[in-house]
Amino acid sequence: MTHAADTDAAVRTGRTAARGRRKGRRRGSAIAPYLQAAPMALVFLIFFVLPLAATVLVSFWQYTQYSIEPAFTAQNYGDVFYGCLRDLPNLCTTFRTYLSTLKFGLIVWAATLVIGFTIAYFLAFHVRTLKVQVILFIICTIPFWTSIVIRMISWIPLLGRNGLVNQTLLFMGAIDTPLEGLLYSDFAVILAMVHLYTLFMVVPIFNSLMRIDRALIEAARDAGATGFQTLAFVILPLAKPGILIGSIFVVTVVMGDFLTIGIMGGQQIASVGKVIQTQMQFLQFPLAAANAVILLVAVLGGVWALLRLVDIRKEL
Amino acid sequence: MVELAAVTKRYGSAVAVDAISLKIKAGSYCCLLGPSGCGKTSTLRMIAGHEDVTDGDIVVGHRVVNDDPPARRGTAMMFQSYALFPHLSVAENVAFSLRMKGVDRNNRRARADEMLKLVSMEDYADRSPNQLSGGQQQRVALARALMTEPSVLLLDEPLSALDPFLRVRMRSELRRIQAELGITFIHVTHSQEEAMALADLVVVMKDGRIAQSGPPREIYNAPRNRFVAQFMGGHNIIEDSGRTIAVRADELEVRPADAPGGGHSAVVREVEYRGPDVRLSLETEAGEALTAVMGERAFFDGRITPGARVCVGWRPDAVHALAQDA
Repeated sequence: MTHAADTDAAVRTGRTAARGRRKGRRRGSAIAPYLQAAPMALVFLIFFVLPLAATVLVSFWQYTQYSIEPAFTAQNYGDVFYGCLRDLPNLCTTFRTYLSTLKFGLIVWAATLVIGFTIAYFLAFHVRTLKVQVILFIICTIPFWTSIVIRMISWIPLLGRNGLVNQTLLFMGAIDTPLEGLLYSDFAVILAMVHLYTLFMVVPIFNSLMRIDRALIEAARDAGATGFQTLAFVILPLAKPGILIGSIFVVTVVMGDFLTIGIMGGQQIASVGKVIQTQMQFLQFPLAAANAVILLVAVLGGVWALLRLVDIRKEL
Repeated sequence: MVELAAVTKRYGSAVAVDAISLKIKAGSYCCLLGPSGCGKTSTLRMIAGHEDVTDGDIVVGHRVVNDDPPARRGTAMMFQSYALFPHLSVAENVAFSLRMKGVDRNNRRARADEMLKLVSMEDYADRSPNQLSGGQQQRVALARALMTEPSVLLLDEPLSALDPFLRVRMRSELRRIQAELGITFIHVTHSQEEAMALADLVVVMKDGRIAQSGPPREIYNAPRNRFVAQFMGGHNIIEDSGRTIAVRADELEVRPADAPGGGHSAVVREVEYRGPDVRLSLETEAGEALTAVMGERAFFDGRITPGARVCVGWRPDAVHALAQDA
């Protein structure tokens, strides 16, 4: 009886407190949360939503060699895919470019996922102290300390024709002539991207793994799960939100890239980003805008598909 | 049968469990009882195989299981936080061990339903664990642990997260299931009430050692030393002519100072009405604090009020001598 009475009293004081809070909010500070969110919202609106809207608008404009005319046309989209249907089953340039970009996206995604998950797993489950975790994390961010140009340049002495890797392999007798494909190739592009973007996978996956109750892993072991079964049936499913967020980061960044592909590919590899950049150099802004919109739709489609795989709101 | 032979656990230089030896008969309900940090959970986790044994042997059945993985020991553990897999349904949680063994889906489901029936949770098979209350999660965790058909079930503070009302109900539930299955339960708790209510064998632990083990009645009535008496509660520990004695609070006889019978003189400091009985805090002339529990009727028939001078005595056979603390 006394217990029930206590609970009643607790509930009553709780309610009074809640009422007090509600009243306080009504009295003055109803707009405070909006003010807090306003700066970011403004930045987002002015520097992201507006330009994006402008891009979509311009993609429907006409252009000549020296001018852009605000008159509606769908011609730009037609130009992007010019001849694509006619040439099937042969792929037109646009399709080939998209396919190549998609290929990079998939390979880099798969590589960063495997490497990122492994690193995150190590950090979350094998490193015991927060201090060491922080130190190792900082080490992971080292690639971001230098500018992209310096990073790219520094690959040359390593991967170049007379670079360290070739010299070493020659010295060891593993090869007779230097490997040509190390620099300015698909391999170089993928290497540079993986080395940079793996961190985008590590952080969200680490975050997911840290939230897994360690007792769950013991419970799995108690139920007779092998190490691999625990990974497949407990850890991976619970790491899904982190994997998803990391995947979105990596895929969107790789799909839009033109700098890494340009430099590491020796300006020889086509990518959608590169196409857009070239069109802009030739002042074909409406065409570039149309390409950008198509790329955006493609990437958003990919993100949408990923979100269908995991209900992220439920998992967060 | 579970037997611990000089089982020791050291973390670096800190000794968590110090050469514990204990025999637990098959089919009995054993409670490891003690304050936090006494080594009871480490002991349980070593039996489960989730913690390596630094020294000594653990025998389950007739086998030394020191180096066996948890699933091969014939034990199953129920975790304090329940440790239900949040991404699996209740039925999938219960059938997890079968899935690991490669049992097909239909069989798994049938066995899971059977287990859920045992803990009266068959209506919740398709729910997700986070849709369940604490008590319901606990039942699911119990069903999952029992699914592996263990000969020993290990329970790590299973009732501590429940509200008092539910705790009492789950207590009888645990007792019922243990009797029904006839398997050994080893239950870690810091509540002496829980241990006395459930156990056939209570093992009181302190600083990594066993302070006393025995049936609950023996431990309550004949605590070996001051620590056990204090921890079990309900005892007055009195220095009496050079020795330390324990007298149960309900064995103290409190009479008004002018009543015949003699005894120690004391002052009533506080009166706590508890329903079936009344708890009196007394202070003797020597400044010793005593606690007496007397029946409600006896209290209200007497003339005892806070601040009153009283006489405290006890029958000679109520005295239990304590060993000096180790």
